[in-house]
Amino acid sequence: MDIVIAVQQRLGHVSNAAVQTMAAGLGIHPVEIEDMVSFYAFFDRDPRGRNRIRLSKTPVSFIKGAREVARAFEQALGIQIGDTTADGMFTLQWTSDIGLADHEPAALVNGIALADLTPADVPLILAALRQAGETEPLPSYPPHLSDAEHLPKSVIRSSLVQAGSLLSGSPVRAEGLKAALALTPEAVIEEITKSKLRGRGGAGFPTGMKWRLTRKATGVEHYIACNADEGEPGTFKDRLLLMENPDLVFDGMTIAGYALGGREGLLYLRGEYAYMWDNLQQVLTERRRLGLLGANICGKAGFDFDIRIQLGAGAYICGEESSLLESLEGKRGSTRDRPPFPTERGYLGQPTAIDNVETLVCATRIMEKGAAWFTGLGTKDSTGTKLMCVSGDCERPGVYETPFGITINELLDLVGAPDAQYVQFSGPSGQAIAPKDFGRRIAYEDLSTGGSTMIFGPGRDVLEIALQFADFFVDESCGWCAPCRIGTNLLKQGMEKVVAGRATLADLASTEALANTVVRMSRCGLGQTAPNPILTTMRSFPELYEARLAAASFEPLVTLDDALREAVKVQGREPVTEEA
Amino acid sequence: MDADTFSFTIDGVEVEASKGQSVLEACDAAGVYIPRLCHHPDLAASGTCRICTCKINGRSVAACVTPAAQGMVIENDTPLLTADRRALIEMFFVEGNHPCPYCVASGDCELQALGYRLGMVAPTQPYQWPTNAIDASHPDIYLDRDRCILCSRCIEASRMEDGKTVFGFEGRGIAMRLNVDAAGGLGDTQMAAVDRAASVCPVACIVVKRDSYRIANGKRRFDKAPIGSDIEAKRPGHKP
Repeated sequence: MDIVIAVQQRLGHVSNAAVQTMAAGLGIHPVEIEDMVSFYAFFDRDPRGRNRIRLSKTPVSFIKGAREVARAFEQALGIQIGDTTADGMFTLQWTSDIGLADHEPAALVNGIALADLTPADVPLILAALRQAGETEPLPSYPPHLSDAEHLPKSVIRSSLVQAGSLLSGSPVRAEGLKAALALTPEAVIEEITKSKLRGRGGAGFPTGMKWRLTRKATGVEHYIACNADEGEPGTFKDRLLLMENPDLVFDGMTIAGYALGGREGLLYLRGEYAYMWDNLQQVLTERRRLGLLGANICGKAGFDFDIRIQLGAGAYICGEESSLLESLEGKRGSTRDRPPFPTERGYLGQPTAIDNVETLVCATRIMEKGAAWFTGLGTKDSTGTKLMCVSGDCERPGVYETPFGITINELLDLVGAPDAQYVQFSGPSGQAIAPKDFGRRIAYEDLSTGGSTMIFGPGRDVLEIALQFADFFVDESCGWCAPCRIGTNLLKQGMEKVVAGRATLADLASTEALANTVVRMSRCGLGQTAPNPILTTMRSFPELYEARLAAASFEPLVTLDDALREAVKVQGREPVTEEA
Repeated sequence: MDADTFSFTIDGVEVEASKGQSVLEACDAAGVYIPRLCHHPDLAASGTCRICTCKINGRSVAACVTPAAQGMVIENDTPLLTADRRALIEMFFVEGNHPCPYCVASGDCELQALGYRLGMVAPTQPYQWPTNAIDASHPDIYLDRDRCILCSRCIEASRMEDGKTVFGFEGRGIAMRLNVDAAGGLGDTQMAAVDRAASVCPVACIVVKRDSYRIANGKRRFDKAPIGSDIEAKRPGHKP
């Protein structure tokens, strides 16, 4: 992975010659390199522009004006989105959610995040990029902190709106770690188990059990991997934690490493967060200097541990834990079949615990404050607090730390969204919630969530939004298994027909049946949840589908005009309309 | 029964299995047919097609990649699973171009045979009309990617059986394609017509030239008996 990232940075793309050279150097076949390179959105096989402008494409970015910003870029550059300027200076593209839903419209420019964009910013951004000149080598990647200084809108104001007891009171570096090291590894796992901490990515697996299983599994090495591939649209809490509390994350990884008997921790950082690279590396260096990483950590004889950061390259699927492992090993990010589970055979075939960024921060604070503090918050089966990422039609978007158990209504009051009509809860892989269900509770017992909460007010087209989410899954399906690869594409086409008002009742039934087949037959969580935007909007907003139905009992997928388009082009004449 | 053999039930039938067997392998040996497409008995399971998905202990999982275990309760031949498998076969038919009536593999094609066995009539989903160019650069073999179902058999066979790694995947999602180990096409690779990789294709994506009609249409494998019959024949007390 790092080799390909370096090639992409140096040459601007991964050429055939580079593939040959890498294959020879690594002693593998070129087709194996191409297999991996062609998988990731941030690698190119063909030359592209010197400056890469990637605009975030999500329903939230669209309602905040991303299309207008895109048009301003198109006009200023004289190209269409997806194209490169003739002078080779700029390539303009859409990209999936970049973790800035509370600052949309947002973009990545040469890996640097730009937030809260307006069309008026466009000339300033382009002028700054042109000024950087052509003579130097290509822009550095991952970008340096100093690279961002000359770009407008590159300073992101903190996303934290409301801190709870997890994030308040300026946590001290290594406090939790030191508390953990005073105990035996088994006692650490016991404490985490007592706290009833569950995975914060949304699946909610008990963390204590995961660590225990990993520790118990036999292997030459044991690994802790931190999943910072925060790709679920509308989520940005991990960005906040990694930017503002990286020490709590690294403390958590080190605690986990101690507990499960590991010597190496791996932070898988999504490619969209490359701009954090410099800072995170500085924090690691500082931790090594302070004896918080390296040999005999905090004076604990025999506890040696270090952390490596692996940068991703634009693939939502890599947030799925087995796909993350494949990517960590430098392969295409296809998922693995389980069993074996990662706790038995994970990274390089060794027992590996994979934890969400927020989960590790919770673990750090639990070691510092005790399990009783944690179980005192939230509900019986959902202890602690949750970082909710709120975006869309509300007055105060951002991260809210709330105890588990609050209702959607209470959250909406908190963020200033009194007239919300539709909440996309836990991202597109979660569910669409209508006002009649706003009384439901946020907890593993009721509505489980990774944190993403996208709010849509009156006048928003729910079905159009569902179509955009369906399109997201088409872009992000890994392609390995057929139901997801083909099914997501067919579902999108079915939804296009609905949005166009051409779907019949039979079409709806067929789309619903197909969606359920994809849920049941897909290999991993992506395929199993990809139909959710359609299925859950059907459930929550049946009246909207009904209103959009075609009156006819049959409507062809392709209209006659579309079917004839090719013939019209070849013949150069239009068909005569009947009434004439 | 020693420690390494155990049993589970599939559709109420008790099947004996041994450690290391997948559910699919154990059922094959016992003469219980689970429909499958990407799986090949001589190659490692890849789990790409998901046709062999069964309900095992209440969960939907692919039988080819699930290790058999003591006491498993498996549903296989149920109306819902058959409908899901048929829907999946339809997806393959619309993803590619599969012109059965004039295809060289007709009667010998596992996709076609599964369509018949699972009761597919005509696809209800829209055709995607792929437009991949045929790779005829090799003197003895041609590649028609419009018929590829991305099962990964040839990739596995070329790497493990032929020791050549001629094939790989390229791209992701609906844009995923079968790729070959040379920019100039199959003709520039190490591939030979006698390679295992040339004979494992379940459809007619990899076709050996000048070899196609030695067995006439109507007299081929699946013209004689439905796919899976050979497995079911192994069932004790089976009557054809």
